[in-house]
Amino acid sequence: MPSNKPRTIIEKVWDNHIVAQREGAPAVLFIDLHLVHEVTSPQAFSGLRERGVKVRRPDLTFATVDHSTPTTPRNLPIVDQVAAAQVAQLEKNATDFGIPYFGFQSLNQGIVHVIGPEQGLTQPGMTVVCGDSHTATHGAFGALAFGIGTSEVEMVLATQCLLQRPSKTFEVKVEGTLKPGVSAKDIILALCAKIGIGGGTGCVFEFTGSAIRSLSMEERMTVCNMSIEAGARAGLIAPDEKTYEYIKGRKFAPQGEAWDKAVEFWKTLPTDEGATYDHSVTIDADTLEPMITFGTNPGMGMAISGAVPDPASQSDPLERESLRKALQYMNLQAGQPIAGQKIDVVFIGSCTNSRMTDLRAAASVLKGRKVNPGVRVMVVPGSQEIKRQAEAEGLDKVFKEAGAEWREAGCSMCIAMNGDQLSPGQYSVSTSNRNFEGRQGKGGRTFLASPLTAAASAVTGVVTDVRSL
Amino acid sequence: MQIQSTVAVLPNDNIDTDQIIPARFLKTISKEGLGDQLFFDWRYNSDGSPKSDFVLNTPAAKASKVLLAGDNFGCGSSREHAPWALTQYGLQAVLSTSFADIFKQNSLKNRLLPIVMPKDAHAALFASLEKDPALQVTIDLPAQTLTWPGGPVVEFPIDLFAKDCMLQGVDEIGYVLKQDAAIAAFEAQRPISLNTLA
Ligand code: SF4
Repeated sequence: MPSNKPRTIIEKVWDNHIVAQREGAPAVLFIDLHLVHEVTSPQAFSGLRERGVKVRRPDLTFATVDHSTPTTPRNLPIVDQVAAAQVAQLEKNATDFGIPYFGFQSLNQGIVHVIGPEQGLTQPGMTVVCGDSHTATHGAFGALAFGIGTSEVEMVLATQCLLQRPSKTFEVKVEGTLKPGVSAKDIILALCAKIGIGGGTGCVFEFTGSAIRSLSMEERMTVCNMSIEAGARAGLIAPDEKTYEYIKGRKFAPQGEAWDKAVEFWKTLPTDEGATYDHSVTIDADTLEPMITFGTNPGMGMAISGAVPDPASQSDPLERESLRKALQYMNLQAGQPIAGQKIDVVFIGSCTNSRMTDLRAAASVLKGRKVNPGVRVMVVPGSQEIKRQAEAEGLDKVFKEAGAEWREAGCSMCIAMNGDQLSPGQYSVSTSNRNFEGRQGKGGRTFLASPLTAAASAVTGVVTDVRSL
Repeated sequence: MQIQSTVAVLPNDNIDTDQIIPARFLKTISKEGLGDQLFFDWRYNSDGSPKSDFVLNTPAAKASKVLLAGDNFGCGSSREHAPWALTQYGLQAVLSTSFADIFKQNSLKNRLLPIVMPKDAHAALFASLEKDPALQVTIDLPAQTLTWPGGPVVEFPIDLFAKDCMLQGVDEIGYVLKQDAAIAAFEAQRPISLNTLA
């Protein structure tokens, strides 16, 4: 058990959740919140049925549909029969096992990582898991939140615990002030470019520094969300007044006396003075530029003012080959400036950038402007709640008047499972988190960027630095 | 557990799980039938015919139980469909210089060995296979060694608990279910305010 040694928040949350620790075996770690969606859970529920066990803690489990659900109007049925069957299966599983569920028609449906915080389910100091690698999003609240596979989903459903070994700790310090036109997305894209897609393997990030402190909760979620894109299992930010203010009054937040107790506990979580990390890296916010990816993984990114790198400049033969293959897939030339590259689609959405801050940023660019006639622009709010709020602010009108599509909530073209997808060869500027080959549709080519960059590119029809508009 | 096999070679770094099995195949509610979808977009032409030059379509690879890949294999999405597809194709081990965390966990739970090799041994195996594509490697899980004719004895790390589970056929969920008393004791001292949905 913990001694007086100064600890990071990562270690504190870990220590607080150890149920049992046998010599040589991984710890049995208690899970405070288990989020479930339709894609990675059916086989886990089948496993429970085969074993004849119940869900141990339905009161700590929460399900919704987001990945394979259409973003067309909700009065239309799900046409894809396979997707419809998957959605129906989750509904049945939630009913059979007594799990709270926001279904397809629920007014609170949305992307699992958007609605957790929105409903006040995500709280500091918790362990949060989901069969989804972007679970790190919840780390913005000072929770230890990570993605798991379906076998582990089954384990958590059955036992509310996971077998885990501790990860290494990795401090990502972001100091300074972001310039206008530079956003939270650019911080995390810069980290991916700096340490590479495998740079954080085996680690949990703690994001620290003045630039992180000055981010809003929604922006912090954007940063933590893409921890996995730099290889880390999780990424978190110590809670502060902004965190408490965000959570207070939300549906599942503690109330009254419980609230005061909770805040008192949350205040013990931040990393102790003198605690050390296994790894660290620093990013200078003052000099950060808007970032964009040019290749086929999120680590292949650069400042938007830059030029596509030359594979010949890579010394490692496998890396040279990877870059050559990436440029071939993207059909880009070494040395070409990335700004000015023609695009076909702009996607504004995903658990990375589909919250009010993101929609407001995109709308601030599109207001009074028109989308380039050669570009299809899809704006997909992260939840039905966000959709209503955006409509109350008139953002839907801004998007529609500019010529963009305003759709229902879901993952949409982030993962292209629901019919929202690129055609082979098309280019998109996307506010999502993955530019892997075919991620947004077979043969599609993705440039990852911030909502500001996406909106600016929508107007011009080419990759555009918002500051040049 | 010993594996002796030829090796299929996929010399890319950062092979992500979206390549291993594209997302559109994740709408299934079963674990079965994923072997044919493995590396689908690399493996098949748009008319559905197999690409003859893609390694996994060659008769030699189809008989291999071992895949050699570049660094950081299995990055990206947490989909366990990736190891399901790999094992259903017939693979029992993947060799790389590193694996993404979630993929590694998922593999160990599906009797697929994620074998981490030092950089020089990894490069040496590539070179040996270039000379003799039919060469066989031997993986000895109890001894944690990987060997091939003319090559070094490569000792590989593996989580000892996962190794025991694999060798003795321990069901990890059953193992945790048996710790019910410890879990109940933990739950009893846990602040009630954390039961958010109750
Ligand atoms: S929006 Fe994209 S990354 Fe986020 S949960 Fe959905 S599919 Fe995954």
